[in-house]
Amino acid sequence: MPPPPIAVRIATDWLHARARWQPLEVLFWLAAFAAIWLLRDRHLILTEIAWLGLFALSLDLILGYAGIISLGHAAFFGVGAYTAALLAKYNIVGEPVLAMLVAGVAAAVLGFATSFLVLRGSDLTRLMVTLGVALVLRELANRYGWLTGGADGLQGVTIKPLLGVFDLDMFGHTGYVYCLTVLFILFVIARRLVNSPFGLSLMSVKGNPLRASAIGISVDARLVAIYTVAAAYAGIAGALLAQTTAFASLEVFSFDRSADLLLVLIIGGAGYLYGGLIGAIIFKFMQDYLSELTPQYWPFWIGLVLVVIVLVGRERISSWTAPIRRLVGHLSWRMMIRRFTLSPDKGH
Amino acid sequence: MPVALETINLIKRFSGIVASNNVSLQIAKGARHALIGPNGAGKTTLINLLTGVLKPTSGRILLDGEDISGLSTHERVRLGIVRTFQINQLFNDLTPLETVGLAVSERRGQGLDWWRIVGSRPDLVSEVVEILERFNLNDVIDKRTAILPYGKQRLLEIAVAIACRPRVLLLDEPAAGVPEDERHEILAAVAALPSDVTVLLIEHDMDIVFSFADRISVLVNGALFVEGSPDEVARDDRVKAVYLGEEVADA
Amino acid sequence: MLTIISDGIAYGMLLFVLASGLSVTLGLMNFINLAHGSFAMAGGYITVILVNRLGVPFFAGLPIAFLASAAIGFLFERTLYAHVYRKPHLDQVLFTIGLVFMSVAATDYVMGSSQVFVQIPHYLQGQFEFAGVGIGRYRLLIIVLCGLLTIALQFILAKTRFGSRLRAAVDDTRVARGLGINVNWVFSLTFAFGSGLAGLGGALGAEILGLDPTFPLKYMIYFLIVVTVGGTSSITGPFFASLLLGIGDVAGKYYVPTLGSFVIYTIMIVVLIWRPQGLFARAASR
Repeated sequence: MPPPPIAVRIATDWLHARARWQPLEVLFWLAAFAAIWLLRDRHLILTEIAWLGLFALSLDLILGYAGIISLGHAAFFGVGAYTAALLAKYNIVGEPVLAMLVAGVAAAVLGFATSFLVLRGSDLTRLMVTLGVALVLRELANRYGWLTGGADGLQGVTIKPLLGVFDLDMFGHTGYVYCLTVLFILFVIARRLVNSPFGLSLMSVKGNPLRASAIGISVDARLVAIYTVAAAYAGIAGALLAQTTAFASLEVFSFDRSADLLLVLIIGGAGYLYGGLIGAIIFKFMQDYLSELTPQYWPFWIGLVLVVIVLVGRERISSWTAPIRRLVGHLSWRMMIRRFTLSPDKGH
Repeated sequence: MPVALETINLIKRFSGIVASNNVSLQIAKGARHALIGPNGAGKTTLINLLTGVLKPTSGRILLDGEDISGLSTHERVRLGIVRTFQINQLFNDLTPLETVGLAVSERRGQGLDWWRIVGSRPDLVSEVVEILERFNLNDVIDKRTAILPYGKQRLLEIAVAIACRPRVLLLDEPAAGVPEDERHEILAAVAALPSDVTVLLIEHDMDIVFSFADRISVLVNGALFVEGSPDEVARDDRVKAVYLGEEVADA
Repeated sequence: MLTIISDGIAYGMLLFVLASGLSVTLGLMNFINLAHGSFAMAGGYITVILVNRLGVPFFAGLPIAFLASAAIGFLFERTLYAHVYRKPHLDQVLFTIGLVFMSVAATDYVMGSSQVFVQIPHYLQGQFEFAGVGIGRYRLLIIVLCGLLTIALQFILAKTRFGSRLRAAVDDTRVARGLGINVNWVFSLTFAFGSGLAGLGGALGAEILGLDPTFPLKYMIYFLIVVTVGGTSSITGPFFASLLLGIGDVAGKYYVPTLGSFVIYTIMIVVLIWRPQGLFARAASR
């Protein structure tokens, strides 16, 4: 017996509201694009925020939505960076946008190849394995210095104009437009993805993998898929870094980078896509400010922030900002849920 | 008599303990088959073996004549053998609408759809709402599962399983832990299951068993002890002896 | 070849002393403590200050390093770590990474960023001639000391009441509490002891491993490898894992110098794929 149309209507409306663009979201992106004209003297730091935000977004996909703790996400970032830099230096792919896509594919291949490592084992095992992969890559990059420039980094990289037309200037104007556009496009794709049936299945896998497989979901296959996508995003972020700075060095693979990334995502909150972007903004400005105070010892403050965040408790912090986010409508409810439930519901 | 689900000499050993001892079980198509036995008899182990959560030490499992012994859990679900859990295994942060919606969309092969928004297929939403109504969940479709009363959660547990359109449904103590005033909803839902679905029910509550089942198997120490119609099993002295000292729950 | 083996054994036993505390903490409290290396660093630097600057004899500096690190560990455990036990693993990771960053930066600030060495007494320098092969005296000392420590650890675990309380608490914390074992005390003392061992390892190892403020970061992965490969349910697991790693790393760097630590990481990844719960863990792991 078919259900009354009104019930179907209510259900459909609720589902659509769940995915609808909220006013605050639209405002966020308008502001980001407006900064192209309104904040011209800050374009350099805004460019950094853009690719860092993309990098954090990619981590959110696996950490916030699939529940995989990774200490080595820099592996994909680094592969992307070096691929883009090498493609430019040796003129294999001269046009940067194309090179960026190739770099994304390279990172995706690595992601796919290593995805099976994170399917099994405890949190600690996953941590170890992801860290291990990043360290192996760093070692390789170090050993093959003739290719990668070793500890000094890859010198002599010149980036050709984007699409043959737009020169990447040293004030970051073109760079910001470039990075912001790439970020926006990839963000929209990710947003569709998490609001799709596939995205819903990821959340189910994170929340209760046993139940997920009991309704016919192949947990492993889904994790491999999102891990590969996240790797591609991270690789593109790395490529953007390499292209906007015309440089790549070993530290793209470093543990510091993976650890900083975790902090960026945690500051903003994982599991609602905007956490990485907001975290990137806060982190970069914090870094800017603290570096002026204590240029050498700024990791100390980063460490302190991490310790304080954990001790105070992520739930308590998000409950302070709840009134603000309640203004955002439906999306805020999902945000609060996800911040509360970063770990699977089994509870560690 | 066409057989929907069959096990052939199923054995499961856990370093010294034989949890399932040479179980050869046949469940007829469309049957309402109950599996009973004292605590620790191996009922849940058997369910885990049937659904692929555990690998048997030896023996085979056939679904509609097809050997499924080597398949993983999700593959078996795709072939139509679905279970519910004795302790609710639900997605605490999803709503019933999303939970059942997920099951339906996976069954329809649309689980890998990454571009369409959830809820953009009207026929799918319609089916989901219909299932939710059938299980009396239409007043809580947009509430987080974690805050639902236990009875509603239990209903959701069964609704999700039904949403997968199983050929064989394994119900693991559907009324377990449900408060008195919510039990009748569960029982009504179980009684109203479609007749073309073969049901294997694990239960402790004898009232439920005798009112629901058309065939009963008794499992003791991992082995099939007695099997027959409800009358036969009820009159069997050996069954009474096995349950001596056991508190049989009163409905 | 014999030199390599003896070097590898020394290295491995040092790793064992350093990592054993981490293994027990992980197995006992299910707590991922990435800051374990910081306690080792503390022990190392304390010894450097005592021996190099204050003229304390080397063999007196070692137990002081142990006690100091143990004290620091105890303090941190009571004040900070105890709040983080119940939190999800991600929070533990973030917390201990934060501690590592703070300790690295603080040490850099106080002690400077260059590598430091402990002034070993002259009778420990140089080599012994052993059947025509040279074995470093200091390395021999390490092998002997660490060997004794391992035996002592095994003894404590197996024969003392504290040891049996510890083993009970590792096996099943709830039941242990129910038996009247003061699990919180066991946690604190074990953590302190593990940190002390790390400090001792840091003091002993400064000469071989090199001591600078980045020590916790550099060696974090090694400790983690020992723990994941060796498992957390025994002493023997990490012991053999450490030896495997020590010999593997030394041999790898000698025979295949271009790949260096590559060998270690690859071993780790291979082992974790094959047996995610570690080579030596019991079947039932957390």
